[in-house]
Amino acid sequence: MTGLIGAIEANVLPTPGGGDRQAKKRVGQSPWVRRTLIASAFLLAALLLLLPVVVIFVEALGLGLGAYFDAILEPSTLHAVFLTLLTAVVVVPVNIAFGISAAWCITRFEFTGKKLLITVIEIPFSISPIVAGVAYLFLYGSQGLLGPLLAAHDIQIMFSLPAIFLASMFVTSPFVARELIATMQVQGNEYEEAALSLGASGFRTFLLITLPNMKWGLLYGALLCNARVMGEFGAVSVVSGSIRGQTNTLPLQIELLFNDYSAVGAFAAATLLTLLALISLAAKLWLERHR
Amino acid sequence: MNEFAQTMGTATPPASRRRRGFLKRGVIPGFGLTFGLTLAYLAIIVLLPILALVLKAASLTLAEYWAIVSSPRAVATYRLTLSSALHATLMNAVIGLLLAWVLVNYDFPGRRLLDALVDLPFALPTAVAGISLTALLAPNGWLGQFLAPLGIKVAYAQPGIVIAMAFTSLPFVVRTVQPVLEDMEPEAEEAGIMLGASDFQIFARIIFPTILPAFIAGCALAFARSLGEFGAVIFIAGNLPMQTEITALLTVIRVEEFDYAAAAALATVILMAAFAMLFVVNGIQLWQLRYLRGN
Repeated sequence: MTGLIGAIEANVLPTPGGGDRQAKKRVGQSPWVRRTLIASAFLLAALLLLLPVVVIFVEALGLGLGAYFDAILEPSTLHAVFLTLLTAVVVVPVNIAFGISAAWCITRFEFTGKKLLITVIEIPFSISPIVAGVAYLFLYGSQGLLGPLLAAHDIQIMFSLPAIFLASMFVTSPFVARELIATMQVQGNEYEEAALSLGASGFRTFLLITLPNMKWGLLYGALLCNARVMGEFGAVSVVSGSIRGQTNTLPLQIELLFNDYSAVGAFAAATLLTLLALISLAAKLWLERHR
Repeated sequence: MNEFAQTMGTATPPASRRRRGFLKRGVIPGFGLTFGLTLAYLAIIVLLPILALVLKAASLTLAEYWAIVSSPRAVATYRLTLSSALHATLMNAVIGLLLAWVLVNYDFPGRRLLDALVDLPFALPTAVAGISLTALLAPNGWLGQFLAPLGIKVAYAQPGIVIAMAFTSLPFVVRTVQPVLEDMEPEAEEAGIMLGASDFQIFARIIFPTILPAFIAGCALAFARSLGEFGAVIFIAGNLPMQTEITALLTVIRVEEFDYAAAAALATVILMAAFAMLFVVNGIQLWQLRYLRGN
């Protein structure tokens, strides 16, 4: 069937809010079974999911609000915030363009090798980010495949911004594509065919028919892509060189501060990414309810 | 985030289309442009780096390659990574099944919040999860201080690695089992009740067999994710060679030592493990489809 990890997704359609279910199933409905199971679910969720989030804020604010803001306004942390935002601004639009292009050719045409193409699109999902980072090193590094060529033209990619952008693109390239392929597959191409046979140009059809139809899928994919770009650690840590105040993104800055025993600094920086995660979760819920 | 969400079927083309070359022609334009762009992007961003890695590893002789990947320190990392991922998966199998069951079968205040919370590990950057779990479980940490007097060492030992892996892969089992439980027809359960089966018998002989393929698929995904996890693990692991060092970390250490040959060889080991898991997951999915149709 379809490739890679996406394979299992056939049965993993998200169920916004869980839907309305009447309790007609009677197995496990005896009061004490019910209560025990619900209580243990809450206990586990509190321990495994909620507590880690609480810890971040408590540790960050442990020395008071003043220390917290001092930590966030530390120049190298501010620079890391800037770099993380810059990476998202560069990477997310590129992956949106890629996602639209991939979804258009996969859902609007029948061609040999389509399944293989879908499989290749999903490869980054199953590859450890560390492997991605190391792979980039062997492509653009001084001893890499393109190393001599880049050196001859005095182009620096490794341990600088371009490497951070490229590695982030690798890791997050399937997000928008996967959402759009799913959205456009469901919609079919009757509307586009109608517009085209009425004389609209291809571009006009895309702009007025396809784009409005896929906007929820597009937003959803871009949201997931953005959250992952801003939080990416493994791939970026290999290729960035982690130069303080230069090539440190926010997750790398957290590592650096944590290893420097600057707990408040690390956790203060972590609160920013935690807020991003919570906002992304809320936005995801909102999108699931609206599309 | 919910990494696994959508289906990708294949659209059936209208019969009127003629096949020219490898493409069936329709009225919709833009195949050349989008196909070319997609292929070019994948080639540059995804395939070329992987090719460079494989070429680098292939430049080693077989003896050199084998010496690197079978060195005692490397083998210790495989043992630790595999056994930690296995333990994390077992943990998630139990917790994931419980959460999915509770979310689907019971209505209670806070159910939606609990449902949303399950996606948190996908949304939270792994480095953040790493320092947070370390602050919880370190010997002087929130929970660690109560475990330390009992002689239980979690952070900077294997249990910490297991918990970090379990945290980052927690949503997989829940999100694969949940929809199957939701779609279950009540008739089979009702028949079981009519025939006098106990709750446990109905669960073991009717419900569990139905969700089994999805359950195994979720476990396989969680296992694959745990094998590749890096960010959350390195903070809590302690990272002592031969003891608490995972394979991904050893690879990074080799890069930092400029021992690129060793880094390439180790990276290909991780890559092969990932592709093997991919193969397994695809196999399970095919089995699942056949299994569901068979029912």
